[in-house]
Amino acid sequence: MIFEGLADRLQETFKKLRGHGKLSEEDVNEAMREVRMALLEADVNFKVVKGFIKKVQERAIGQNILDTLTPAQVVIKIVNEELTELMGGTQSRINMSPTPPTVIMMVGLQGAGKTTSAGKLGFSLKKQGKHPLLVAADIYRPAAVKQLQVLGEQLEIPVFAMEAGTDAVTIAKSSIDFARSHVNDVVIIDTAGRLHINEELMQELKSIKKEVRPHEILLVVDAMTGQDAVNVAESFNGDLGLDGVVLTKLDGDARGGAALSVKAVTGCSIKFVGMGEKLEALEPFYPERMASRILGMGDVLSLIEKAQTAFDVEEAKKMEKKLRRDEFTLDDFLSQMQQVRKLGSFEQIMGMIPGMGGLKKQLAGADIDLNGKEMKHIEAIIYAMTPKERADVGIINGSRRKRIAMGSGTHVQDVNKLIKQFAEMKKMMKKMKKMQKGHMGLGGFKLPFMH
Amino acid sequence: MGFFDKLKKGLTRTRESFTGKIEQLVMGYADIDADLLDELEETLIMADVGVKTTERLMDAVRRGVKKKEINTPEDLKPFLEARITEILATGSDELHTASEGPTVMLVIGVNGAGKTTTIGKLSAYYKEQGKSVMLAAADTFRAAAIDQLEIWSQRTGAVLIKHEEGSDPAAVAYDAVKAAKARGIDMLIIDTAGRLQTKSNLMEELSKINRVIQREIAEAPHETLLVLDATTGQNAIRQVELFTKAAPITGVVLTKLDGTAKGGVVVGIKSELSMPVKWIGIGEAVEDLRPFDAADFAKALFDK
Ligand SMILES: Nc1nc2c(ncn2[C@@H]2O[C@H](COP(=O)(O)OP(=O)(O)OP(=O)(O)O)[C@@H](O)[C@H]2O)c(=O)[nH]1
Ligand SMILES: [Mg+2]
Repeated sequence: MIFEGLADRLQETFKKLRGHGKLSEEDVNEAMREVRMALLEADVNFKVVKGFIKKVQERAIGQNILDTLTPAQVVIKIVNEELTELMGGTQSRINMSPTPPTVIMMVGLQGAGKTTSAGKLGFSLKKQGKHPLLVAADIYRPAAVKQLQVLGEQLEIPVFAMEAGTDAVTIAKSSIDFARSHVNDVVIIDTAGRLHINEELMQELKSIKKEVRPHEILLVVDAMTGQDAVNVAESFNGDLGLDGVVLTKLDGDARGGAALSVKAVTGCSIKFVGMGEKLEALEPFYPERMASRILGMGDVLSLIEKAQTAFDVEEAKKMEKKLRRDEFTLDDFLSQMQQVRKLGSFEQIMGMIPGMGGLKKQLAGADIDLNGKEMKHIEAIIYAMTPKERADVGIINGSRRKRIAMGSGTHVQDVNKLIKQFAEMKKMMKKMKKMQKGHMGLGGFKLPFMH
Repeated sequence: MGFFDKLKKGLTRTRESFTGKIEQLVMGYADIDADLLDELEETLIMADVGVKTTERLMDAVRRGVKKKEINTPEDLKPFLEARITEILATGSDELHTASEGPTVMLVIGVNGAGKTTTIGKLSAYYKEQGKSVMLAAADTFRAAAIDQLEIWSQRTGAVLIKHEEGSDPAAVAYDAVKAAKARGIDMLIIDTAGRLQTKSNLMEELSKINRVIQREIAEAPHETLLVLDATTGQNAIRQVELFTKAAPITGVVLTKLDGTAKGGVVVGIKSELSMPVKWIGIGEAVEDLRPFDAADFAKALFDK
């Protein structure tokens, strides 16, 4: 099921009114129904949606429709701006104390991702030249202490733990003394997951806070959270006074409306996002990206960033040149595919580009599968070719095809298919090149093989 | 405490806010008008029922008004309760067991949903019924996941099958099925690593685990349970859709219903995917697991 993004839906709504006059109240109301739907489907809290729609409505009614923008684009622009503003600026920084150690407390519901985030945060700070200490204060979940110890070992960050039976407040308190005597300038306390309505356990957090006076209390929130996110955030904020939010599991396909809800009810910035189980650094939070993700309009900026890290710049320039001169070979094809694969599955990539729904369907028809098994086959086939063949598929006749199939452990049909795919890909790239120049509004984004 | 009381207790907050809200609505309006319906819609959406299912329910309410099945605001609550029960009761919620040899349960879900804890609870549940239970630590990925399951096996007196951290989870499953057969175990429950449904390599890994089990016992896994956090919003639908492609789900376990999350997502899942809910989790202790009962669930949601 491909989610038809808000952009597509609004385009549909406004089909009849392309480009004239002002946006009437009726037009706007109709558009707002779509916006509301998109936000609710993205799990933004009902009340937050209500307030938001009201604001956008006021701004949109009577807005002039410029020649350069369609009515749908005018509405999207307003929605996007308001959403981005509501989401706040980028503030991916920890308040460092002038007198070390800086104390950070990770809090949240069960299963939100506190321990992993604590590890990632420690790793980020370590990379910045700090000497963090991880503190295992989850005394309830079986093997929670061990989990943090294993992470610490992997990251080469010391972990402070005390013998079983010690209460969490004592552990937290003792960890500060330990940090002082061991020259750890940042202390990250991993607390047990708890329900915001569990008074006893919320009291435990308050006691820890009182004892260690943290400089940062970070609420860890699962990006998949539904309507209840506001209750959770309100309670934790009310009881502890939050300084920031970490949004986890954003590498999935949740639209992440909880981000908006949490921001709206606590006023706290989302400081970092978690994008995977691997112990990489926590990633900064970008409000504009989140806004378009919530609206189902793709995540172009994330794609750009991913593309930038995955693609080698020099390589990219070379490819561009080759493409322009139509010198693109199967060797290049292979290396491009290998690079594209680093970005994620082809479907995921397409999902990140707004308005690509149609192209996605077209590609499905072209039978291009850049994932898994087929990729391995393609690799094997290309490796079984001679350099000459790779440079010029034109020379690959029947007997060569047979030899290549044998050499790669595939069938002649597979070889035929690849050669056909290669031709399709060249065609597709031409198409994408055109599209990029055209109206798709991909901004500065370009895959290295497009210009 | 009986099942119904415990469930009621677990759902008190849900019920208070949900029923309270509807009662408030009923008191506040003499007639059923657009505002009243709007607020009703709000209540459903705030319970994570989802836009689509809410629309369906609201359509039913509007039809009910037209057909004079609903005449006063007081009729709304019983009407909705009946509709929701109806949705929840479709499909079979029965638990599949092996006719002979071990019953194999595969437990899957996203990260942090409550899989391992649920397995601990299931282990206790079957032990109490006098069954022999074996747990398989096929989450070989997450740090200390094996230790976590081991503690649950000790707590509940279950046999544990484990390999090294980082080893092939399918191999753990294979060994466990072999061992369960050889030792005449009644229930084999397999823990798996949490994974997001969008990770194709991890979903492929899950298929492989499933295939390995199937190769040993053709009807197994008898139950493939997707563990769902009740706090989850609409992404739950995607989870059910994609997980079932990798390992056909026989039922859902809805955890963390002891919080303020309404668990309304179950109604959405039932109505859109007709996937049965088999268990609910209402706490972190061994006894906090209950078989799902559609009627009781709906009643507890609305009952005083
Ligand atoms: N309040 C409450 N907490 C629960 C429930 N079920 C599980 N938990 C808690 O949720 C947290 C995560 O549970 P786990 O069982 O470790 O979840 P998991 O799915 O195995 O997690 P991973 O293996 O890391 O993906 C733990 O702190 C559990 O105690 C429940 O029904 N209610
Ligand atoms: Mg687990």
